[in-house]
Amino acid sequence: MPELEGMFGPEVEEEETLGRRDFFTQIGVGACAVVAVASGIVTLDYLEPKVLFEPSTTYVAGSPLDFAPGVVVPNQEKKAFVIGGANGIYALSAVCTHLGCITRYKSDESVIACPCHGSRFDLEGNVTHGPAPRPLPWLDVSQDANGNLVVDTGIVIARGKVFRP
Amino acid sequence: MTVGEWVRNTSVYRSVIRHGVAPTNRNRSLIIFENLFLHVHPVKVREKTLRFTHTFWLGGITLASTIILVATGILLMFYYHPSVPQAYRDMKELQYVVDNGVFLRNLHRWSAHLMVFSAFLHMLRVFYHRAYRPPRQFNWVVGVVLLLLTLLLSYTGYLLPWDQLAFWGVSVGTNMAKQAPLIGERVRFFLLGGNIVSENALLRFYVLHCVVLPVALLLLISVHIWRVRKDGGVQGPPDDERRSP
Repeated sequence: MPELEGMFGPEVEEEETLGRRDFFTQIGVGACAVVAVASGIVTLDYLEPKVLFEPSTTYVAGSPLDFAPGVVVPNQEKKAFVIGGANGIYALSAVCTHLGCITRYKSDESVIACPCHGSRFDLEGNVTHGPAPRPLPWLDVSQDANGNLVVDTGIVIARGKVFRP
Repeated sequence: MTVGEWVRNTSVYRSVIRHGVAPTNRNRSLIIFENLFLHVHPVKVREKTLRFTHTFWLGGITLASTIILVATGILLMFYYHPSVPQAYRDMKELQYVVDNGVFLRNLHRWSAHLMVFSAFLHMLRVFYHRAYRPPRQFNWVVGVVLLLLTLLLSYTGYLLPWDQLAFWGVSVGTNMAKQAPLIGERVRFFLLGGNIVSENALLRFYVLHCVVLPVALLLLISVHIWRVRKDGGVQGPPDDERRSP
């Protein structure tokens, strides 16, 4: 604080040296700044929940043998479809990319349709009719120790990456 | 000696209110600047600034709705639990069981609509009267932050009934927040206190709605009104209105 220097005594000639008063001022201001930043970090850390009592994002979809090409099995609770494709099995999110309604599979037309605003998707999740802005995400499919398919709705994978048992 | 005079002469009264009652300009001034709440206002204002057509009282209407919202909001809090599914039941209880509950709830709701609406009109009025210009440019910025706080209060209050409208409104809104570059996902996680709209989200929105945002709003309203005095009183229609191009 150079403008304050004159107020507390005669002007110091050598400006290079740090006076005792300035030294302690800087220590004090620095300590306050460290405490302020640390409090911010601690508070942010506090606000981040460490244990979530949310429903599990995974579910067992059944044996891979159940998914011959053309089979579509929705899961209402987990909001996902498991689909037997020509090259393998894959899972689609059933949450419409427009405003988050839950889509339905229409077996007579072989489309996935949203009841809220009329969006339509083909069986690979591509938008065939708006207003949905993006295709349905593909979800992670794996196999558990018993050989059953396990879908994780929390993990989005690259489109077209089918699961081959 | 009347009762009034006796009260005014007690030491208790004189320790609280120090100015006299004589109708002098000095006493009128003291009434304003010896009171914490009134002193944000100027001691004297021009008569024309009080006319309805000068400001359409839009800031005052916004402030009045804020006061109604604080009062009714505190009363609603006595019956409301921010938990699932109790929140929805409490809202229904307020509507159908609690005496005058439906009146207070609707008063809170309509005042909230009025507050957003009048704040917006107030902003338009200030803009068209060129009252955002120096020396009032900082108060315009304070006003923008106040508008933001008003909208956030509106939005956080939207979740509290925990009905379908609330749930999907907040689902859509927090998905919008997720679209922010880099920090979007984190912002959504912190707002909801998790990955889905559930109990944690309800509690967080409740604390924001009932404590954090109102405190910030009331502090900034004080600054806003105090700055009106500091910047030379309310600016109505500019004098050169007819001559300007």
